[in-house]
Formats: sequence, structure tokens, C-alpha cells
Amino acid sequence: MAEKRSKPVPRPYQDTKAYWDAAKEKRLIFQRCLDCSKPQFYPRGVCSHCLGSRLEWLDSSGRGKVHTFTVSYRAPHPGFADELPFVIAIVDLEEGFRMMSNIVGCDPGIVRIDMPVKVVFEQLTPDIVLPKFSPA
Amino acid sequence: METLGRKTAIVGVAESDIGRVPHKSKFQLSAEASRLALDDAGLSIKDVDGLFTIISTQGGEHSSMLMAEYMGIRPRFTDSTSMGGSSFVAYVEHAAAAINAGMCEVALICHGSTNISDRGGRAGPVSSKTEVYGPMQFEDPYGISIASSYALAAQRHMHEYGTTSEQLAEIAVATRKWASLNPKALMRAPITIEDVLNSRMVSSPLHVLDCCLVTDAGGAVVLTSMERARDLKKAPVAVLGTGESHTHRMISQMPDYTQTAAAISGRLAFERAGVSHKDIDVAEIYDSFTITVLLTLESLGFCKKGEGGPFVSGQRTAPGGDFPMNTQGGALSYTHPGMFGIFTLIEAVRQLRGECGPRQVKDAELALCNGTGGVLSSTGTVILGRV
Ligand SMILES: [Zn+2]
Repeated sequence: MAEKRSKPVPRPYQDTKAYWDAAKEKRLIFQRCLDCSKPQFYPRGVCSHCLGSRLEWLDSSGRGKVHTFTVSYRAPHPGFADELPFVIAIVDLEEGFRMMSNIVGCDPGIVRIDMPVKVVFEQLTPDIVLPKFSPA
Repeated sequence: METLGRKTAIVGVAESDIGRVPHKSKFQLSAEASRLALDDAGLSIKDVDGLFTIISTQGGEHSSMLMAEYMGIRPRFTDSTSMGGSSFVAYVEHAAAAINAGMCEVALICHGSTNISDRGGRAGPVSSKTEVYGPMQFEDPYGISIASSYALAAQRHMHEYGTTSEQLAEIAVATRKWASLNPKALMRAPITIEDVLNSRMVSSPLHVLDCCLVTDAGGAVVLTSMERARDLKKAPVAVLGTGESHTHRMISQMPDYTQTAAAISGRLAFERAGVSHKDIDVAEIYDSFTITVLLTLESLGFCKKGEGGPFVSGQRTAPGGDFPMNTQGGALSYTHPGMFGIFTLIEAVRQLRGECGPRQVKDAELALCNGTGGVLSSTGTVILGRV
């Protein structure tokens, strides 16, 4: 996909490089704490539940449900102007973590809370792939 | 647990020129509001030894140092806690604690913003950044905005409790009625629930009339010890109880989309003040969006969780209603420079002094202010009382 008018692009850093590297391979990964066993998202250098540093990366099935959503009719950044309206959602993944994403590949009008969704991958730039979701 | 014990008071309040003020910088607006608030107290800038301020926008880095330098003071207590629009309400707690501990005597809380002029006079996209460093790289690439963040909470509240757009609109309509009684309010023409529902959708379920204004404005509040307050120009307004907290920074991390940190800060403020909800005569609740008010009323405990919709129905918060709220017209209709918290304090003090003319709440003795900052992230709650 060609790069469109510049959108905000993640700049990977120490905590997040593994995540963006995996996304590039069309894998959605998340962290789990080896001390308290809880999952967390977004990726951090420590566990946000117990402050431990022993974290493992796991692959997500990419299946989840919409916890809440909004249809945005306004572009917060010029890069989104061509895509209005678009859906922003908070998605609960079946492994027990929660993330923000877009719901794509459907009419924004059909999105509902609790709707099952599955991950899809969108090439944002040659270096960054963004996990998004479609109706499952 | 009366930790504050009426030992500190607000003695001066003021706003600067507000609305669209393209010829003045945010620094000037903050400094002019400070001068007016000090005049209101019968004090001068030379008396100020504690400074509490934050400028969240460009050029405001190291805010308390910057504003102290701008106004020519060298404080012995300085605080630029940055938790969004609630910061100024939280500063009342910080200032009261500092005064009680003898670390400063006259505390100045000030704020200035040219939020509309910075955008060339038009509300709309401001961000053109392309590279996102830090945790916001898990939100910005999805096109999140402040309005969309609050919309996510509104949608969830509707789903869980059956809250309706009509109920949210009640808040906007009632707030506009208060604004019509305030000559300084920017938007004074009456609106109806249908007007709100028919206004442009910004981010579902929030319409443009569910959203606050974007303006320029400055405001300032002066505190000192109750002992010193008694000798000043106007009747002191006692700081009875305060609380502050935050639960997240990014909307994707909000633990419960139907409850804000006001559940924590409000409980602390009520406990410390030793008063109950039915004692509050007037409430000034930061209304960045209609949903902010609804969640705050529930989180503060004015009604049960999920009952915010019925609570605000029937124009209960309008002039003449039995729950006077946002009596200057709020961020929805009076002014909103990006961080509104300080204006909740200014109006509460004026109500308790009986200075509000046609919008005066009769015999107001106790007022509650609640600031919300970030994306429903942080809150500061302050309960004030006539002495
Ligand atoms: Zn852990």
C-alpha cells in the first residue's frame, strides 16, 4: 500500500521494538509477567501489576470483542481526512489484554459493543505495520 | 478527619480578558488575571511567595519558573504539577498544605491560554506530528482525539446503563441557561435538546453541542492562611476539604469507562470537609463534555452509578432547578481555554460571596468544585464554604 498523506507513525523504542518487529511479520504479540502471570498492554519495561522486570512475549490469537467504540467524524490530524468517518475501538483480546485500534473492512454503522472481531494488519509505512480489527 | 480545619482561605479570584484575545499572549493573560485576583484580595505580587501554575501548550515548559520570571517573583514554594485541567483544583490542596505547613504564606494559582488564537482562530486539527515516541504510539496512529476519547466512555455508559443522548443534552441546555445570565459568557443564546441532537456529530455519540468551547482565557486564585485572610479586602472563603487522584493517562488504559477518579478525590474531599452531599448548595463541575459531568456526578456520589441520566433530566441543574450547577455557563457555554479547572474555583468563590447578580444561587454557603484532566484521567475536588 502506498504511503498516504503522513499520519502519526510509531517510533519504536526500548519497550516496544519487539512489538513492532512482530507486527511487521503480521503477528500480534503481548507481554505476560513471569512473576504474577498477568498480561499487560501496552508493552512496558516492567509489569504494571507487580513492578517485576521478568516479562515474556506471547502471540495473541488476534480474536477479541469490542469493549467500546466511537465513530469519528473529525480528523484529529490531516492524515485522516480521506478516511472519514472511521471507527476507533477498545478491543478486549481473548488472552485478557485490552488495546485501542480501528475497526475496518465494514460499514461503521454496524459496529456494536461486544461484537466479535479479529486482527488484520495494515502497512502504515515501509517499516511499520499497524494491527487493526475487522468483524470476525 | 478535618485535616484542613478551615485554616486556609481563598481571598482573591479573577479571570483575564476571555473569549478571542489574539493580541495578548497566554503569559500576559495569566499575569493579568493574577494582578486582578491580587487586587481582589487587597494584596500585591510582592506578597506572593508560593506559585502554582501549568501551561500545557507550546512555549510553556517549566511553567512555574517561566511565570515567576515573567511576573518578577522568586517563590519559596513552587509547583507545576501537570495533570491537565484538574491541575488548578489540585493546586488548592497543594497550596493549603504548604500554607498549613508554613512553607509559604500567600499562594498564587494562575493559568493563561490562547487556545483558539493558537489555532488561527478556528477550532480543528492542531496536530501535524508524524512520529510518535512513547506510549501514545499505541493510540495516535488510530486517529484518537480528545473528543473521541470521551466518546468511548459515553458509548460504554449508554451500553451499560441505557443513558441517552437526550439526557446528555439536558446538561448542555441547562448550562446554556446559566450562561444567558452571565454577561462574560461567550455563548448566550438559548438552545433546546433538539438543537443538541441535531448539531453536527463530532465523535459518536457526542455532538458538537456536547463539546466544550475553544477559547483564549486566563484565570487566577489567591490563597492565604485564615488568620491573614480575616484582615484582607473581602470575606474569606474557607477551604474545607480537598482531594486529588488519577487513574490513567491514556484512554485505552482507563480501568472503568463509566467511573472517574472523582470516586477517590470526591470521597477524600467530603471526608476531610466533614459535610455530606445534601449540604452542597452549588456545584461547579468541569464540563469538557456533557459525559464528563454525568460521570463526575456519579463518581462523586451525588447519585448512584448509572443514574446520572435520570439525575440531570428535567433541567434539574438549570437556574431554578434543585441542583444548581456550572452557574457561570461552564466550559460548554462560558469559556474553555483548554484547561478549565481554575474557572470552577473562581465561580464557586463568587457564588459564596454573593457576587453573582442574576445568576446568584440564593444563600449559597457550601460549594463543590471538581476538575477533570487528561482524558477522564485525573480529578481534583475542593469543597469551599462561607466563613
Ligand atoms: Zn507482574
